[in-house]
Amino acid sequence: MTEGQAVQFPHGADIGVRGTGTTRAAAFAQAAAALAAAIVEPEIVSPTEVVSITCAAPDDRLLLYDWLNAVIYEMAVRRMVFGRFEVSLQGQRLEGRAWGEAIDPARHEPAVEPKGATMTGLKVEQARDGTWIAECIVDV
Amino acid sequence: MDRSRLERVSPNEWRIDPTGPMRVPAVIFADEALIDGMDDKVAEQISNVASLPGIVEAAYAMPDAHWGYGFPIGGVAAFDAEADGVVCAGGVGFDISCGVRTLLTGLTRADIEPLKLALADSLFRQVPVGVGSKGKLDLTRAEMDAMLQGGARWAVERGYGGTEDLQRVEENGVAAGALADAVSEKAKTRQRQEMGTLGSGNHYLEVQEVVEVADPVAAASFGLRLGEIVVSIHCGSRGLGHQIATDYQREMAIAMPQLGIIVPDLDLACAPIRSELGARYLGAMRAAINCALANRQIITHLTQRVFAHFFPQVKLDLLFDVSHNTCKQEVHRIGGRARDLFVHRKGATRAFGPGHLELPPTLRKVGQPVFIGGSMGTRSAIMAGIGDGEEHAFASACHGAGRQLSRHQALKRWHGRQVVDDLAAAGIIVRSPSSRGVAEEAPGAYKDIGAVVEATHRAGLARKVAMLAPVVCIKG
Repeated sequence: MTEGQAVQFPHGADIGVRGTGTTRAAAFAQAAAALAAAIVEPEIVSPTEVVSITCAAPDDRLLLYDWLNAVIYEMAVRRMVFGRFEVSLQGQRLEGRAWGEAIDPARHEPAVEPKGATMTGLKVEQARDGTWIAECIVDV
Repeated sequence: MDRSRLERVSPNEWRIDPTGPMRVPAVIFADEALIDGMDDKVAEQISNVASLPGIVEAAYAMPDAHWGYGFPIGGVAAFDAEADGVVCAGGVGFDISCGVRTLLTGLTRADIEPLKLALADSLFRQVPVGVGSKGKLDLTRAEMDAMLQGGARWAVERGYGGTEDLQRVEENGVAAGALADAVSEKAKTRQRQEMGTLGSGNHYLEVQEVVEVADPVAAASFGLRLGEIVVSIHCGSRGLGHQIATDYQREMAIAMPQLGIIVPDLDLACAPIRSELGARYLGAMRAAINCALANRQIITHLTQRVFAHFFPQVKLDLLFDVSHNTCKQEVHRIGGRARDLFVHRKGATRAFGPGHLELPPTLRKVGQPVFIGGSMGTRSAIMAGIGDGEEHAFASACHGAGRQLSRHQALKRWHGRQVVDDLAAAGIIVRSPSSRGVAEEAPGAYKDIGAVVEATHRAGLARKVAMLAPVVCIKG
């Protein structure tokens, strides 16, 4: 289980997602967990299938944008919901894994379809206490 | 919204004079109550839009404007390629060409009432809806490209609806200048099984009753009669549009330093209209418009089939189809001079007035129908464009009620099952695959559509024609 916290926060018609953790990688994983939880409660997702996702970008903020959009893409084309994520980072290259299962509308009752991560409010930073924060507004 | 930056120009128009990087003023259309209820971010975001290169006249926010990303939702801005104007992916949004089409049934409420439960169930079964739903088509690569070039015409040629529908769709159902080659493989993969799907969130298919006629002449011209039933379909370009926006937003953000463009918000990332990147985005965005038009045409066909089962004598005629997330090349008269402009409307509806040559002859006398979607428990509106030579805000109007509570707040306040039961007690049948989705879309989460419509009417953006009340709502 990735340490840290996954939080959603209000943003007009859209949804804000925030991941925090002691490492940049944990914050990225938790941001994806917050995104996935906007669609379906994570505790009802069986981690029966794992999907590998890699991406690379010139800076941290764009890397978060790419990572969340890659998660959205995999959910859309595989028709899956995810409940857990792991991320490892080497510089600006991300290797991630997402655990989940095929959507079962009756059981999951997915609430909303994420369209894409936006660049407004993109934030990847380390707080004074050392906590990493990865934050984004997602259009739904 | 803090009024200290605003100058009140008229009872329904507020102006922010250019300061700092702003090249033109920002104008917000709203009455006092709407302006007070708007987030300060709307003023900030529309002022940011006013700083973009090549912007013409002013940046506008409609009465339903709310805080978005880059542009506010309800934002309108036009750019002149001759003046180094730009095209902005965030100024169109993720759900490219999301829009509404309304179908006339000729049925009355009395015809529908005894069958509305069965009708709701049948529509819910036949029209794919919700996260992860699949359409009945699985497009090959060649068919995908043909759809991206052909729009609603492609759908009609494959048996979805009739050719008479096409003249009741903007641009006769096909956006010219679409470039299927400018659409990424990822976008095409994402769309492969999503043709003819409604989506989720605020998208819907509603059976509605005409409950008020404000302009009898325009209503008669539109085929709307008090007490009659219409069907409205609200959806867009699905995963294809979402992916195109994602792809080009990123590419524009990375390219801007080399293009010498500085923006105050990365979601305003843009490219000159006359650049290779700008041209490529426009081609891809027009392909997404065609995808949305084809999608709504297919859903229309599915809806017609359901109605034909219950009412064999009824043919659903298309009143009109209008998009509200687009960038369109249009000619507008500015200061007495005709100018060729690229008009961005993000959560705003085109509203051509009477006499406009792009309207079909049958609608030219009255003006373009404008559809304003409400929530599943409140009314929707049909308005008409106003032509006075130099239209307000490049002939644009509002597109919906606009949210007053976030999804998060709505989820805390309502339970989906209770919302469905309360609406059923009020005579509105809701069918949705997600009770959580219903809670997030609860009627109370939206602003008063009446106030938005009234402000739109009084600001001279469009005029009221009729109000619709929901009878059946299929919700994603």
